[in-house]
Amino acid sequence: MSWFKKKDKAEKAQKANEDKNPEQEAPEVKAEEPAAQPEEAAPAEEDAPPASSRQEAGFGAKLKDKLAKTRDVLNTPIEDFFITKTELTEDSLEELEETLITADMGVNTVMDLMEPITEKVNKKQITNSKELRAALTDAMLDLIKPVHENKELPNKKPLVIMVVGVNGVGKTTTIGKLAANFKKQGKKVMLVAGDTFRAAAVEQLEIWAQRTGVQIVRHRDNSDPAAVAYDGVAAAEARGMDVVIIDTAGRLHTQVNLMEELKKIRRSCHKSLPGSPHETWLVIDANTGQNAVSQAKLFHEAIGVTGMVLTKVDGTAKGGIVVSICHDMDVPIRYIGLGEKAEDLREFEAREFIKALF
Amino acid sequence: MFESLSDRLGSVFKKLKGQGKLSEKNIQDGLKEVRLALLEADVHYKVVKTLIAAIKERAVGQEVLESLTPGQQVVKIVNEELTNLMGGANEEINLSGGHPASIMLVGLQGSGKTTTAGKLAVYLRGQGRKPYLVPVDVYRPAAIEQLTKIGKELSIPVYPSDTETKPEKIAELARIKCAQEGCDTMILDTAGRLHIDDELMAELGRIKATTPPSDILLVADAMTGQDAVNMAKAFNDAMDVGGVILTKMDGDARGGAALSIRSITGKPIKFIGTGEKSNAFEAFHPNRMASRILGMGDVMTLIEKAQDAVDVKKAAELEKKLRKSQFTLEDFKDQMVQVRKMGSLEDILSMIPGMGKSKHLKQLKGSDKEMIKIEAIINSMTLEERRNHSIINGSRRKRIAKGSGTTVTDVNQLLKNYTQVMKMMKKINKGGMKKMGRMLGL
Ligand SMILES: Nc1nc2c(ncn2[C@@H]2O[C@H](COP(=O)(O)OP(=O)(O)OP(=O)(O)O)[C@@H](O)[C@H]2O)c(=O)[nH]1
Ligand SMILES: Nc1nc2c(ncn2[C@@H]2O[C@H](COP(=O)(O)OP(=O)(O)OP(=O)(O)O)[C@@H](O)[C@H]2O)c(=O)[nH]1
Ligand SMILES: [Mg+2]
Ligand SMILES: [Mg+2]
Repeated sequence: MSWFKKKDKAEKAQKANEDKNPEQEAPEVKAEEPAAQPEEAAPAEEDAPPASSRQEAGFGAKLKDKLAKTRDVLNTPIEDFFITKTELTEDSLEELEETLITADMGVNTVMDLMEPITEKVNKKQITNSKELRAALTDAMLDLIKPVHENKELPNKKPLVIMVVGVNGVGKTTTIGKLAANFKKQGKKVMLVAGDTFRAAAVEQLEIWAQRTGVQIVRHRDNSDPAAVAYDGVAAAEARGMDVVIIDTAGRLHTQVNLMEELKKIRRSCHKSLPGSPHETWLVIDANTGQNAVSQAKLFHEAIGVTGMVLTKVDGTAKGGIVVSICHDMDVPIRYIGLGEKAEDLREFEAREFIKALF
Repeated sequence: MFESLSDRLGSVFKKLKGQGKLSEKNIQDGLKEVRLALLEADVHYKVVKTLIAAIKERAVGQEVLESLTPGQQVVKIVNEELTNLMGGANEEINLSGGHPASIMLVGLQGSGKTTTAGKLAVYLRGQGRKPYLVPVDVYRPAAIEQLTKIGKELSIPVYPSDTETKPEKIAELARIKCAQEGCDTMILDTAGRLHIDDELMAELGRIKATTPPSDILLVADAMTGQDAVNMAKAFNDAMDVGGVILTKMDGDARGGAALSIRSITGKPIKFIGTGEKSNAFEAFHPNRMASRILGMGDVMTLIEKAQDAVDVKKAAELEKKLRKSQFTLEDFKDQMVQVRKMGSLEDILSMIPGMGKSKHLKQLKGSDKEMIKIEAIINSMTLEERRNHSIINGSRRKRIAKGSGTTVTDVNQLLKNYTQVMKMMKKINKGGMKKMGRMLGL
């Protein structure tokens, strides 16, 4: 690129750079045009997976179970420290700090949390590990509990949920799980294959639609995701669906043109059904460290996030970073993902989650 | 978002300038800042602890160099320690032994294995090898289709796996087919799995036993947090990996996981992934990574280059202006002059990780001839115009063009680019790569 190239050339080059979004300048889907006939997979009700034997076990139980496994592997006595009512020392506070930092809570959040607690320890207002644990739990609950109060999903029909996030965090899988979950509540669900970019992303969502026995709207590979969103929402309305879940291609929050694409998908939904999407959920991988803050911030700035889903909590990563994100952005965590199967989704429970952090 | 380490150290060490030796006492606050910076970059808690001890040992007793501030000097030590930790060792892929040779990609779910398989195939083809893609992920929905599509797009043969066959069996059959297809290097794309999933970890062992691979690469996400150590340790213990590929480096993650993984496994990071496309694949540079973790771009190289070229005070002023967006055309010209002392703008920009590919930077690239042109145009402006470009109307543009021996179009283009740079600066300041300002300011 040269400083002195003519404008049109510059723009052409710029366009060529926008690899994923060749149709950005294409006119938007017009409301008066009849929606293109979407290809769809017939609902396959009988394919619904059998209820897992583990389904009855509560979220906490499963978390505990996974954590126990984690502890075995790591051989770190995370909880041992709290079991006995030992007297507190400098070391115990440092150990606690380490536990919180290694849970990806973020060093600033940890310092903010530890400061008043350390003071209480110094003043002998907290004298043993049990009190210490209680104080910390309360402080963390104060951060995230209010965010989760009165956060029922809006009563819309169809309820349109758009799912976004960086690459590989588990968006498509989460959508499969959500479909199973809503269906179990007796709702009619439609999935929209809005990732037209990644190889076999549509096929992946199609398999989830089959597995869970819900409908899907798809277009060809590399077609405009805004157009498929438009058609999906329109089709869902026409067929009396209760919930529409739109999958989107993974994208890094720093990719300006791809964030613009998300805005366009939103506008397209709104044209199809004014007020939609009603919910925009950001999926965060529990393995993510401090970068999750930047992800949340930039997705929120671009399209307004109304909920989060934390995935891969079945591993050894804790996903502690969501505590500060949730508090700072005032956005609730809706669900957590605990595996790769349709039933591995749980509603978020603040206390259980915090308990698993330290 | 993050304040860079050298900024922080700058204020911590202000009083130290010209005080002779670095001592345990006078670097204490500085080391605290180093610790914070590393933790914010997701370097594991314990790794940070070890590093700080090493840095302390090296720093204490050193003379404060005349040419550097104490802060810069500590940054330099930290940077060198990190670089040493991540560098060295064998960075090439091991293709020895086995006919055909085979590379096995392993890692957590969604880390980028399948995408990397395609990238690696393209890379190896460029080296004159004949790669053969083998999908052994029989679990994830449409995983085989994904790799098949990638192979088709890249014109690289793919073994026709199916989900009914066991992964180790696929590996065995693909081996025969690979030779029949006239290929010499298999790339095995395994399913993502948790390192605590004993059953699936055992499966990796069986695939390894039947193949057996020339190299096993752990594919890890650059955004990974503290748990990188547990994941990497478990995969390495189970598989004895030959190296690591760090993906999704095109974002703004500081990438401390690189340090954690390297220090827990001792295995080299061989490549980085910098995008979703098959060519977004680069060799790993320990020095760039070190600076990135510290949030400074390739700052050491720049500090070194800048030492002889740049008046440090002037650079600091420029940086401040950039941040406040008070960067005038006059500053722009000053900066051009400084930059020309250091080499081409393109070179300098390419040192900044993640920025080399930005389309904005491509627009910034200019030959020296163009720089001279720019200088001439700015020279023909009045001081007032240089300080406030918005007053430069049509007639002023004509005058400037005439004065500099250029055309009005040239002047227009320069003004346009200048405003674009300003916009970009705002974005970068917001996005956390503040250091960019310093880079251009130097
Ligand atoms: N262990 C575990 N794996 C998960 C979970 N959620 C998703 N995964 C796995 O993570 C990988 C990536 O999931 P996807 O749903 O394809 O992720 P995505 O965000 O749609 O990815 P892109 O569309 O490529 O950006 C797959 O192997 C999933 O099976 C979870 O809660 N636990
Ligand atoms: N921005 C960016 N995205 C990447 C990079 N490498 C992979 N991806 C994306 O990350 C997502 C996951 O990549 P996959 O290759 O499917 O990951 P995987 O490890 O094979 O996933 P599983 O097989 O489910 O475990 C996809 O959306 C890829 O396009 C990279 O270097 N940069
Ligand atoms: Mg997806
Ligand atoms: Mg894969």
